Amino acid sequence: MNALPDLTPVGDVAELPDAAMGPRGLIWWGTFGFMLIEGAGFVLAGGSLLYLWAQAPQWPPVGAPPPALGFGLAFTVLILLSALPNIWLQKRARACDLPASRLGLVVMGLLGVALMGLRGYELAHLNIRWSANAYGSLIWLMMILHTSHVLTDLIDTLVIAVWSFTHEPGRPQFADISDNAGYWSFVVLTWPPIFLLVYGLPRWS
Amino acid sequence: MEGSADVILYKRGLLTLAAGLLSGCAGQQSVLSPASDQARTLSWLGLLMGVICLLIYLLVVVLLGLALRRRARPAISPTGEVSGPVEGWLQRGLTIWASFVAAVLVVLAGASFVTDRILATPRGPAPLDVRVTGQQWWWRIAYRSPITGEWIETANELHLPLDRPARIELTSADVIHSFWVPGLHGKLDMIPGRANVLAVTPRKLGWLRGQCAEFCGLEHALMAFDVKVETPAEFQAWLAHQAAPAQARAGPGLALIENGACGGCHTVRGTRAKGRAGPDLTHLASRRALAAKTLSLSHGGLMGWITQPQALKPGAEMPASGLDPERTKALVAYLEALK
Amino acid sequence: MSAVPILDRAEAEARCLAAWRDAPGLWGFLTTVDHKRIAGRYVCTTMALLFMAGVLALDMRLQLAFPGMHRMGAQGYNEAFTLHGSTMLFLVSVPVMEAMAMWLVPLMLGQRNMAFPRLNAFSYWTYLGGVLMLWVPHALNVTPDLGWFQYPPLSGPGYAPGHRTDVWAQMITFTEVAALSVSVNTAVTILRMRPLGMTLAKMPLFLWAMLVASVMTILALPAVMLVTSMLIADRLVATHFFDPVAGGDVVLFQHLFWFFGHPEVYIIFVPALGFVAQIVETFSRRRVFGYIPVVLSLLTIAVLAFGLWVHHMFAVGLPKLGASFYTAASMAIALPTGLQIYCWIATLWGGRPRLTTPLLWVIGFIATFVIGGLSGVMTASAPLDLQLTDTYFIVAHLHYVLIGGALFPLFGAFCYWFPKATGRLLSERWGKVSFWLVFGGFNLGFFPMHFLGLMGMPRRIYTYGHEMGWQPLNVVALAGSVIAVGGGLIFVANACFSFKRGAPSGPNPWEASTLEWACASPPPPYNFTHSPVVDSLTPLWPPPQVLPVVTGLSLDEREVLVTSVVDAQPVHRQASAKPSIWPLVSALAVSATFVGSIFTPWALVWGTLPVAAALTAWFWPHRRLTPGARRLLGKAT
Repeated sequence: MNALPDLTPVGDVAELPDAAMGPRGLIWWGTFGFMLIEGAGFVLAGGSLLYLWAQAPQWPPVGAPPPALGFGLAFTVLILLSALPNIWLQKRARACDLPASRLGLVVMGLLGVALMGLRGYELAHLNIRWSANAYGSLIWLMMILHTSHVLTDLIDTLVIAVWSFTHEPGRPQFADISDNAGYWSFVVLTWPPIFLLVYGLPRWS
Repeated sequence: MEGSADVILYKRGLLTLAAGLLSGCAGQQSVLSPASDQARTLSWLGLLMGVICLLIYLLVVVLLGLALRRRARPAISPTGEVSGPVEGWLQRGLTIWASFVAAVLVVLAGASFVTDRILATPRGPAPLDVRVTGQQWWWRIAYRSPITGEWIETANELHLPLDRPARIELTSADVIHSFWVPGLHGKLDMIPGRANVLAVTPRKLGWLRGQCAEFCGLEHALMAFDVKVETPAEFQAWLAHQAAPAQARAGPGLALIENGACGGCHTVRGTRAKGRAGPDLTHLASRRALAAKTLSLSHGGLMGWITQPQALKPGAEMPASGLDPERTKALVAYLEALK
Repeated sequence: MSAVPILDRAEAEARCLAAWRDAPGLWGFLTTVDHKRIAGRYVCTTMALLFMAGVLALDMRLQLAFPGMHRMGAQGYNEAFTLHGSTMLFLVSVPVMEAMAMWLVPLMLGQRNMAFPRLNAFSYWTYLGGVLMLWVPHALNVTPDLGWFQYPPLSGPGYAPGHRTDVWAQMITFTEVAALSVSVNTAVTILRMRPLGMTLAKMPLFLWAMLVASVMTILALPAVMLVTSMLIADRLVATHFFDPVAGGDVVLFQHLFWFFGHPEVYIIFVPALGFVAQIVETFSRRRVFGYIPVVLSLLTIAVLAFGLWVHHMFAVGLPKLGASFYTAASMAIALPTGLQIYCWIATLWGGRPRLTTPLLWVIGFIATFVIGGLSGVMTASAPLDLQLTDTYFIVAHLHYVLIGGALFPLFGAFCYWFPKATGRLLSERWGKVSFWLVFGGFNLGFFPMHFLGLMGMPRRIYTYGHEMGWQPLNVVALAGSVIAVGGGLIFVANACFSFKRGAPSGPNPWEASTLEWACASPPPPYNFTHSPVVDSLTPLWPPPQVLPVVTGLSLDEREVLVTSVVDAQPVHRQASAKPSIWPLVSALAVSATFVGSIFTPWALVWGTLPVAAALTAWFWPHRRLTPGARRLLGKAT
């Protein structure tokens, strides 16, 4: 039969909502896909570091002190603490609570700025140049990879914050706020392994 | 007419030479002409796998042909589903096929592991140590001197004694190269910062050919080398000769080397030329070829290489000598005496 | 006749067209988010590049047909094989498979567009940036010349001065961003936008194949982005990732590259298996034999493919025990592949085959790919591979699996879906002629290369001496290649003529079973006015008089239906993105950043600004302003 069939309705989807929160929503899966991509990149970069560490007679090589622990610890503590307002924001956004979402976005924005400041101090006290040797190159690689994610989420958060103060969000936009908070959780969770590789491994080997 | 008779003889000679070269050389770099224990083991493995793969391919093609040409066709439901005895046999066939393929893979993997074990087990007297370092685009070869025990260098031509395992240590001074003499073994990469070891036990006398098998830059295609497998006595004589300093009488050619640019890159042991960037020339004229088999070691080859290396192998590290024809002749005369 | 309510098709079509049509002319071209138009662009671009890579190949074959030829010098030849390989692998093979998915997935799902319409547009422009990143420098004589995988130290700062290698490395960055974008889009669309009733167990095999290939892409491509970035860093800002003197390792490059490189070839091959499944089903006139074994094989191939990469490094000198593991794994992947071959043959055996051109290409695939698979089993053996790798044996193997395993099914897919895309039928006669020329020419051209490898001919050499005895087979290789290219030109000519003058095809000329054949040929911009409901793997078998659909998606606004992952239950409606210039602007900003970073690392810093601005404009939701914001902007409250 080479003709278009007639169409008969057997159901109606008009009553469906125009967005869904979390993994039930479509956009969430796009964000998750990009987390997979970046997670794969992190794993491979970390794997490269471990590969060269396993071959190195000394890590860090002679004459290079490990990165200064103070700033790294401060960053770690703050980013882990930031998970709390982040989870609260995600819950409030999924409940379509506009005032709470606005507050949460401002708080997360300020935290992001503070963390970027701390990250700047960290980078200035890694005690090795990327051009000194492979150890230096890898330390910087891990730090730059993570920093780019902190920065991206910070910019996202600030833009969404401005938007949320100047517009009337619908369910899809609350889902976006929730997804952005989810991305921050990813940024938080990827940090501890990197912290261990950058700050811990040079001290334990 | 003498002239034309000479010409005819000359042409016949060339043809004979060509035919000899063709048949001779064609096998010198072939995987299928093994001249060592290892290459022989690998060619058996290759034959086994090749035959099995060929049979499987024929089976698949026959089954495909039968599937297309069968007469009896089953009933198909309107939704495209099929049931019946033929379908039942196809289902059983799937299990049989899966088991068959798995069994074949186990056999082939097993043959591969057995080959690995055979290749790893050294047999015979104490191995000869050789070091080969890949350079863009030539081969630095080193042996221990039988007299002093020091490492002495030559280039682009490897000699090995018959029936004695050789332990060839491979590395690179610049980029990744790959050492490959199909008649002796598979290839192994030469990697800066690493030392790889190839163990070969030659079993046939004669010449073999090797070629770089990892793209290493502009003149990768012109990076080959000769291998000569000789009797232990011949090999000892050759090695002792290579270990000795230069045999040629001093002359204007030597002065050109020592005082000119040549000595800055090349070594002629026993003279003041001690450069290490280029190949060791102490016994250059004992070799068959020049510039990693870019040219044969003839008078014309030497003249051309010294005058115009960039025309023959563009990008090679060797600069033009800048010498006039008289001096070039003197230089070549000296080099030809470096037997 | 039962009184089933019938929807007013004409009214629905008119309303959908108004909502989904593109603006006319250049603006519409630049802003479209119609997956079919974007996919069409991809296909045209990749086929033009296939032709250019083919010309390079003929050039190389001609050069090697005569020993000692100096028509092409070393530099010219090295550039040729680098351009050929890089174009085929990064700019043709993966993009064309993704383009076929982009075109077909929404149609096979009965949907109006993909999950992220603007991301498709962005991916094409970024991909085009990658094409220009490689070919414009070639026109300016800065052609990369170290092969399609450029190992350090040869590609490092010490031995590759200038920008050729940077061009190569950055081209990869462009194409990987594009490929990752399409893959996320494809995977999410297949998982969350299936029609009601299309549970995972009732999903056509092509969609399984594309889902698997997309997830593999997501996990494999970051490796090549990382490694090429590390190489650029070594070259540009003096890092030492691959510098053995400073604690780096050149072999690390190989591990990272091949961790991508092996899955990459399966990323190219798995979609081809999807094409084969649909073509075999339609032209055997029955469901594919062994649906579950085929799905499990696809999943097994995907997993195993990530555990094989070291077989590209058997000659590096890694520990023997490790090599044995990779031998076993590399041989093991032949099992799921072999199972699939059995299932295709069994489908033909237990069906009623019709020898149309698409099925001929599938037969050609089986007859050709199996040779490549078997030569792959030989090279899987680590010790034997030491003789075979880096020789013409491997050149033969890789072309047999890529051309036989991917391009033949692709050409079959072009013939199969051409009527749906254009509304016209190809000439069967010229289709068959082009098939036999390509099939015969390819096998004539490449089979001798197995023997050349055994005769000791290494890869990537621009010439050889007459005494090697390699000339006769190289001449045969040239002849075969010429014949194959001739067949390819006839194939293209057939497509061009049939596009203008082919017989009208109607919606379902092949009497196929999947949903894409239930919309018009060519499909209107919106594909389907209403989303169908399916209850079987073969919704159009038997051909329905009346197709069950759901109502409720807007006909006047762009909306798509989002369903649940496993059971395809309805979850929510999703507003589908409208045409937009921002994907193009974002791609331009990204391109400028990538090109600039070849010259200075500061480009990455400064480039962040325009990229961020473009992305902000792209994602900025357009909703009502608050009264405060209105006052601020001087608008009426």
